[in-house]
Amino acid sequence: MNKAVNPKDLTPVDDNAPLYAARKKVYPQSVSGTFRRIKWGLMAFCLGVYYFLPFVRWNRGLGAPSQAVLIDLPNSRFYFFFIELWPQEVYYFTGLLIVAAVALFLMNSVGGRIWCGYLCPQTVWTDLFYAVERFVEGDRRERMRKDKQAGSLTLKRVSEIAAKHTIWLMIAWWTGGAWVLYFSDAPTLVKDLLTFQAPMVAYAWIGILTATTYLLAGYMREQVCTYMCPWPRIQAALTDEWALNVTYRYDRGEKRTSVKKAAELRALGEQVGDCVDCYQCVAVCPTGIDIRNGPQLECIQCGLCIDACDNVMSKIGRPKRLIGYDNDINIHRRQEGKAPIYRFVRARTVVYSAIIAAVGGIMIYTLATRSLLDVNVLHDRNPLAVKLSDGSIRNAYTVRLLNKSGYDRVIAIDADGPVNPTIHVVGVDSVTPDRPMIVIPRDSTSELRLLVTAPADNNPEKSIPVRFHVTDIGLGVVASTTDNFVAP
Amino acid sequence: MTDHHSEIDSVTGRATTGHEWDGIKELNTPLPRWWVICFYLTIVWAIAYWVVYPAWPLISSNTTGLFGYSSRADVAVELANLEKIRGDKMAALATASLADIEKDPALLALARAKGKTVFGDNCAPCHGSGAAGAKGFPNLNDDDWLWGGTLDQIMQTIQFGARSGHAKTHEGQMLAFGKDGVLKPDEIVTVANYVRSLSGLPTRNGYDAAKGEKIFADNCVACHGDGGKGNQELGAPNLTDKIWLYGSDEAVLIETITNGRAGVMPAWEGRLDPATIKAMAVYVHSLGGGK
Repeated sequence: MNKAVNPKDLTPVDDNAPLYAARKKVYPQSVSGTFRRIKWGLMAFCLGVYYFLPFVRWNRGLGAPSQAVLIDLPNSRFYFFFIELWPQEVYYFTGLLIVAAVALFLMNSVGGRIWCGYLCPQTVWTDLFYAVERFVEGDRRERMRKDKQAGSLTLKRVSEIAAKHTIWLMIAWWTGGAWVLYFSDAPTLVKDLLTFQAPMVAYAWIGILTATTYLLAGYMREQVCTYMCPWPRIQAALTDEWALNVTYRYDRGEKRTSVKKAAELRALGEQVGDCVDCYQCVAVCPTGIDIRNGPQLECIQCGLCIDACDNVMSKIGRPKRLIGYDNDINIHRRQEGKAPIYRFVRARTVVYSAIIAAVGGIMIYTLATRSLLDVNVLHDRNPLAVKLSDGSIRNAYTVRLLNKSGYDRVIAIDADGPVNPTIHVVGVDSVTPDRPMIVIPRDSTSELRLLVTAPADNNPEKSIPVRFHVTDIGLGVVASTTDNFVAP
Repeated sequence: MTDHHSEIDSVTGRATTGHEWDGIKELNTPLPRWWVICFYLTIVWAIAYWVVYPAWPLISSNTTGLFGYSSRADVAVELANLEKIRGDKMAALATASLADIEKDPALLALARAKGKTVFGDNCAPCHGSGAAGAKGFPNLNDDDWLWGGTLDQIMQTIQFGARSGHAKTHEGQMLAFGKDGVLKPDEIVTVANYVRSLSGLPTRNGYDAAKGEKIFADNCVACHGDGGKGNQELGAPNLTDKIWLYGSDEAVLIETITNGRAGVMPAWEGRLDPATIKAMAVYVHSLGGGK
């Protein structure tokens, strides 16, 4: 398959290039067009969600946090709109991670690295930082010129640099600030932060995230994608020939020559390409590559070169999409003069979709049907059983009752198993004999010591199953669990 | 030596160190400057560390450093902080009555947690980590109590012990009827079988029940009470129930009657602070055997 990809006109990638080369600073030029607009839109959406979500309120009733999305570490709760998760339900996060990973695979099999190009935080913040840089210091040419004259600092230049870094740091600081707001009531925390009343850990996290945002988006930029991120490597192993990639159509691009010359040559009936070698695609590229060299590891497929090239093509009156999203198969088909084909329903995409649907379905189902009352029982191991003075046998259990609802519950505990057992909860005087009743406050866990005694004449043989029922006497909700009753 | 440095390797075009082994020469590839600087900085750091922090052992002590830092003092501060954090709760434990502690879920949980750790440190060697006891050491989970199983009685036993030598300790012991010549061996066998019959255990063939009852009435009733129901004032066990501290075999009973028993429970007053003893009493009571 590789034979057709490497026509001799293309600049070959140097296989003997040194493994280390000093970084060449990238000066991406501003560009306008479809993909740039999509990128602006997604950036606004992603950052908007990230920065403002902590301020969205959600009424959960008195005493419960009224923040829509809250990771409440001190109380071990996670709130997401109408969902409240307990530490025992951490498997929902496993499900979420599976869905996220497979969604990434699905994206990849349909549209290549669209995650990298449009949604990855590194892309979003780097893009934002570039926008600031452009706003303060000017576009590509001006920045390159200013960097060349770095030796002669004028007051204007110094104030520009200061302004750029100040804005960068403000964004970075806000990024860190928004992060900590997910872990505490946002308006209160903002007030505490401003009056220096917030916990040290909040300032520490803001500091860490300010520093990482500033460094990663301000300085490391495309190097994060090229050298630090594992996804390009994994992605390369997961992609296939049907996935869309940003592609240079060399079938209509070669040979490259100027507009004038091309017109002359065309008039003579010679084969020339639409590419005028203007290097606009290279100038706008945030990772500083030449897409005309074919698919490359560094390409994050943000589509900005497509916009740049389209602008040039419309100016010189040639058809657009000399650079465009296309798949590997069509590269060869076009070269052979065949019509392109696209296929999005393939084994790969179907399997990925099925996995997402299955895991998502299970999560939604279990979330919708999960019980807000739960009971766990742990049998005392030491001693397993106690013989009482009248010959009856007693087992002790540690019972943990979980009331995940927003109201206090009065519950009764019953045990099925040994014949005529008596049940006693330590510290609770039962009004009804053998059926202890206690109150579990809303949204909390109660740990009780439960004693179950089997009368002497009903001593079980060795070990019999015992089933504990916990009944909400107000609502009739029941939770049960099984353990064993053991004889000495 | 300077000659070696100027020697240039023809293949790579780089200088060599001039070292040669078996015809192989070493290229001069110095470490990056930043790496070397970091290396020297670590040396400086290490020396500073020796000076600033306690480091060198001397003959009878050690260098104390410039700031007087010591990890021991650090621990003391941490412990003091911990006491401060726990202060309120422990104060509540110290002031509340035993019954109130057991009624308050928060205090009960605290007392149980505290009691459990202290029990593990102090009581487990005899009573076992789960308080299940052992031969001669009472099981604290069951409902049979030598000295009483109410909260106050348990607390008293923990405070003052049994035969511990403390002024307020529980006194009373099982006499050595055989060793002291009060009962003859055949009488001991008879009364041992009688005692077994009190709790419904089988007796030896041909034993004289009437004789056993008489020996019991003459010698044992004073402590164990009419019908062998026991006496918590004296720590005399109830002989009619199914729980036997030293075992219920005939041989064990003969041994007990012949040589007597006087197990010792140490007094914990003075060794544990009052709040801790309280927590322990609540913990033991909540094990399930409490009356």
